[in-house]
Amino acid sequence: MSRALFGVRVERREDLPLLTGQGSYTDDLKRPGMLHAAVLRSPHAHAKIRSIDVSAARALAGVAAVFTHADLGAAGKEIPLLQPNPLLVARTQLLLAHDIVRYVGEPVAFVVGDDRYVTEDALELIEVAYEPLAVAADAEGALEDGAPLVYPEIANNLASRFTLGFGDATEVFGRADLVLRQRFKTHRGAGQAMECRVVLAEYDRRANRITMWSATQAPHLIGRLASQMLGMEEWQVRVIAPHDVGGGFGPKAIFYPEEGLVPFAARALGRPVKWTEDRHEHFLSTNQERDQYHDAEMALTREGKVLGFRDTVVFDTGAYVPWGIVEPWITATTIPGPYKLSAFQVDMQVVYTHKVPVTPVRGAGRPQAVFVMERMMDLAARELQLDPAEIRQRNFIQPEEMPYPMGLVYRDGAQVTYDSGDYPACLRKAQDLIGYDQFRREQSRARFEGRYIGVGIGAYVEGTGLGPYEGAIVQIESSGKVLVTTGATPQGQGHVTTMAQIAAHELGIDVDDITVITGDTGAIPFGIGTFASRIAVNAGNSIALAAREVREKALAIAANLLEANKDDLELAQGSVFVRGAPARSISLGALALTAAGARPGYTLPPGVQPGLQATHYFSPSQAAYASGAHVITVEVDVRTGDVKILDYAVAHDCGRMINPMIVEGQVQGGVAHGIGNSFYEELIYDNNGQLLTASFMDYLLPTAKEVPTAKIAHMEVVCPLNPLGVKGVGEGGTIPSAAAFAGAVEDALAPFNVTVKEVPLSPEKVRKLLREAGR
Amino acid sequence: MPLLNFRLARPAAIVDINGVEELDYLHQEDGWLAVGALVRQRAAELSALVTATCPLLAGALPFIGHFQIRNRGTVVGSLAHADPAAELGAVALALGAELRIQSTRGTRTVPAEQFFVSYLTTALAPDELLVEARFPAARPRTGYAFAEFARRHGDFALVGVAAIVEQDQAHRCADARLAFTGVGPVPILFTDEQGVLRGEPLTPQAMNAFAERAAASFEAELDVHASAEYRRELAGVLAEQALKSAAARSKKGN
Amino acid sequence: MAEKRTIQLTINGQQHSGQVEPRRTLADFLRQDLDLTGTHLGCEHGVCGACTILLDGAAVRSCLVLAVQANGRRVETVEGLAGPRGELHPIQTAFHKHHALQCGFCTPGFLMSIVDLLNTRPDIEDEDEIRTALAGNLCRCTGYSGIVAAVREVAAQLRRERTP
Repeated sequence: MSRALFGVRVERREDLPLLTGQGSYTDDLKRPGMLHAAVLRSPHAHAKIRSIDVSAARALAGVAAVFTHADLGAAGKEIPLLQPNPLLVARTQLLLAHDIVRYVGEPVAFVVGDDRYVTEDALELIEVAYEPLAVAADAEGALEDGAPLVYPEIANNLASRFTLGFGDATEVFGRADLVLRQRFKTHRGAGQAMECRVVLAEYDRRANRITMWSATQAPHLIGRLASQMLGMEEWQVRVIAPHDVGGGFGPKAIFYPEEGLVPFAARALGRPVKWTEDRHEHFLSTNQERDQYHDAEMALTREGKVLGFRDTVVFDTGAYVPWGIVEPWITATTIPGPYKLSAFQVDMQVVYTHKVPVTPVRGAGRPQAVFVMERMMDLAARELQLDPAEIRQRNFIQPEEMPYPMGLVYRDGAQVTYDSGDYPACLRKAQDLIGYDQFRREQSRARFEGRYIGVGIGAYVEGTGLGPYEGAIVQIESSGKVLVTTGATPQGQGHVTTMAQIAAHELGIDVDDITVITGDTGAIPFGIGTFASRIAVNAGNSIALAAREVREKALAIAANLLEANKDDLELAQGSVFVRGAPARSISLGALALTAAGARPGYTLPPGVQPGLQATHYFSPSQAAYASGAHVITVEVDVRTGDVKILDYAVAHDCGRMINPMIVEGQVQGGVAHGIGNSFYEELIYDNNGQLLTASFMDYLLPTAKEVPTAKIAHMEVVCPLNPLGVKGVGEGGTIPSAAAFAGAVEDALAPFNVTVKEVPLSPEKVRKLLREAGR
Repeated sequence: MPLLNFRLARPAAIVDINGVEELDYLHQEDGWLAVGALVRQRAAELSALVTATCPLLAGALPFIGHFQIRNRGTVVGSLAHADPAAELGAVALALGAELRIQSTRGTRTVPAEQFFVSYLTTALAPDELLVEARFPAARPRTGYAFAEFARRHGDFALVGVAAIVEQDQAHRCADARLAFTGVGPVPILFTDEQGVLRGEPLTPQAMNAFAERAAASFEAELDVHASAEYRRELAGVLAEQALKSAAARSKKGN
Repeated sequence: MAEKRTIQLTINGQQHSGQVEPRRTLADFLRQDLDLTGTHLGCEHGVCGACTILLDGAAVRSCLVLAVQANGRRVETVEGLAGPRGELHPIQTAFHKHHALQCGFCTPGFLMSIVDLLNTRPDIEDEDEIRTALAGNLCRCTGYSGIVAAVREVAAQLRRERTP
């Protein structure tokens, strides 16, 4: 019998090439006759382009071509908008700016030449006459009358304004014993995968087809938009996300101008073209996130029951909206979290500014929402002199209330419903891991000794497994080995291992006999991409269901060939055999050959299509709601403001785990990102829209010194919405982190009664809070 | 090199001294530790000679970036580059190091106090090469300490402090010096000119007061990483920390 | 454009030569001219450590070394870590065991840095010291826990092998 592989810590099949320098990342790829490209970027956040003179650049030896907007022809139109929405006044980018630039880093010209050195030399020879214009660098400032406009026809830079809610907020706030109000700010941060963006394209003149290799999270999206920009059919543009992509985290799921420029140039020049982004460019042109202002209000009874919550949000979306208003919507709908509310109202304003566009970065608007709700919970606890864990327990949705319609309603009238979860148990478990009660005793002693330690909590609910679908083709080869093809594409999440585990589990064969092909639009026609913690749900279930279909088909053909009853057959270790008579068997490989028509004179049984293969696109009925709690302890040095992490505990529910080792890696990695967001990572723009932190010297990523190993408890609450019972886990490690840290610092400094209203918290900001409190 | 990669520095030519083996020496002579231009920071860090003869240098070196940077960066190179937040500037200043400069016109020696002129600017003329830094060897009854505050380990110091405390036979302070880095365009020296600590027992209160005077003696600068006010606070905290460390070590006779 | 120079160097025990502009970095020479793409470029300003290789046995940032500066020198990259018959170096095995890599982009830089670390500080044991030593390499995926565990295991293993 094959061993059950679902839920097992199978070691990763991806590792060997990566450990020996044999990986194939996009910049490792070379094509015959390949040229390199570089992008000239706007140095101004807002300016008119009066003229561009590329003659000197074109004349430089080693330069093959220089393109400006004037050279693009039909490709000079705006990039199509993803997710159109009547509530949004949408603006998307051109591949190259035409007469106006709207953020520092916006592409203005595209140089193609022999290598990166000469193309960058050429950039310096391009003369652009800019007429700088006034800049709207801050979202709240951009809303004011008289502020500089990113688009003259869009008043107050308002891209969208919408309200969501349920219940009667006015009534509820009117009768509350306590109403708390607080303003919060979360700052811009970025994904900063270790590999920057890379796009390589090759044009086959005779077949009139393009092949692209891109370090992308969404190859089908790239293919669709690239074909539209180039005036070609989708089948003419094949996009491959190479076997190895060095991290994604959200920003690589977008169709950037370069994704259009590279194939355009390859076609125009008849030679392969590769563009490799460098880190400095990455800071200036790869999408960012996290920039929000919140004015929040919470209405409570004096026993600490939250009655209602109101929030007015200003969401900085940068200069363009490639992803529409998906993210503001995610923030808005995440605010209620794991709590029962009688009334909820969020007023969301999405504002254009002269900065890099905003699209999801790990957490995708949820960290901000959780930050606001959790901070208010802590402030309420302080006000009512309740323990922060206790106040949350008094307000959690209870496990027996699942599935729980949380109050919001979709545009189509359907209720937003949390499907499963045990929020009280998660928090209690995280508290156990950290030794919460023991810590409180230590805390009293420490205060006595003049040491300031504190504990903070962040509880979250996360909609994962976003649809509309992902797909898989499961095929048995004539060798008996299995080929799994999926539109999902990994950037380190171990898909090749986990997807193989699922197929192996369903088909009863060895993981090593399964090949997984990911991220190739030429191998599977439809796909959405790897982001939003959606692949375990969507691709995982597709593979399981397709594998089950293949299994059924194998049994049907075998029944026919073995002249046995299908119910008497078993599939194990690569063969189908009659139960109790193992000699009567036929291998999967032989069955595959039969199904492919290789057996002369054989007719397939009625209703069975050729090929031992099945395709399945799993479409979730709704999001699968993962959840968890982080509990963190810190020590604050009140003289320097330095915050040291003492311990970090996570209890989380991602449904059934395919591979616990990989799950832990995702949680720990998410925690590191959360620590970065909480203390170190801040993109600082000045009033002219210039990024002041545009390198790793100034934008600080946490290192092994700053990220302790978290204690992780898995609470597997099976998801009832999909056959595998799984939920997503890629972002959960990040989502509540900043909230928990803010709470911990505040708790440590309780004797000074400070209130933490923004993240990231640098030591200087902690000192400022203390100074204002008199210390 | 990062400046070259960013295309912020555009030299027409680079002179690489890595092949000039005569500059790779580290030895003690006449009460000085002589460090040639090619001595890597990592080599100095791991050198028993440096630890024994120049504990302040040994104490500051591990704060410089990461070991991969120190494998390549040189002690003398850091001094010549004169980054305003560099650790070794404070070390050189505190110790009263001497910098030996060579050109086709001859050799000259400049004391540390005159070497650092402004941001990334030293007394070196464009045709001169810094060939050696010499640091006074450790003295008896003297303690040395280096303290730094950075956002992450290995980052440029927001503030760094080098402290030297010498005791007399009666266990009172004979001399105290502090040098700050990261607070302005050049490292700043604070000595006990006013004789506040000299002749006094090294009590916490006395050292506190000295540290505060030191931190108040200059205008700190602001940048994207820290305000002037915060830098001054840090300077005071670190000065006190370094002073106390140095004092404790002076009692042990180094 | 400056004239190209001829350089000769030993890489993973083998002699190589090339013609490079003086401004070409060692990283670009390895990746582009020799197709040794195991060394990765993450920032090109010396912070992330993805490009770390051994130059005469010492871990350095290949993005901050000019190819001409490696003339006559001995370079070791991740492609040379495993043995001639593919036997993995203990740190490679430990990385796999402890799930110390996810996307793998930072991994070569970590591996080469750790080789230098274990050569220079074979006695390293304390977790905080290990983390300090690892702080010169950035990872965005793993949160470092597997990497720290891998180094601890290999250091302990080396200690056991040294004490009879």
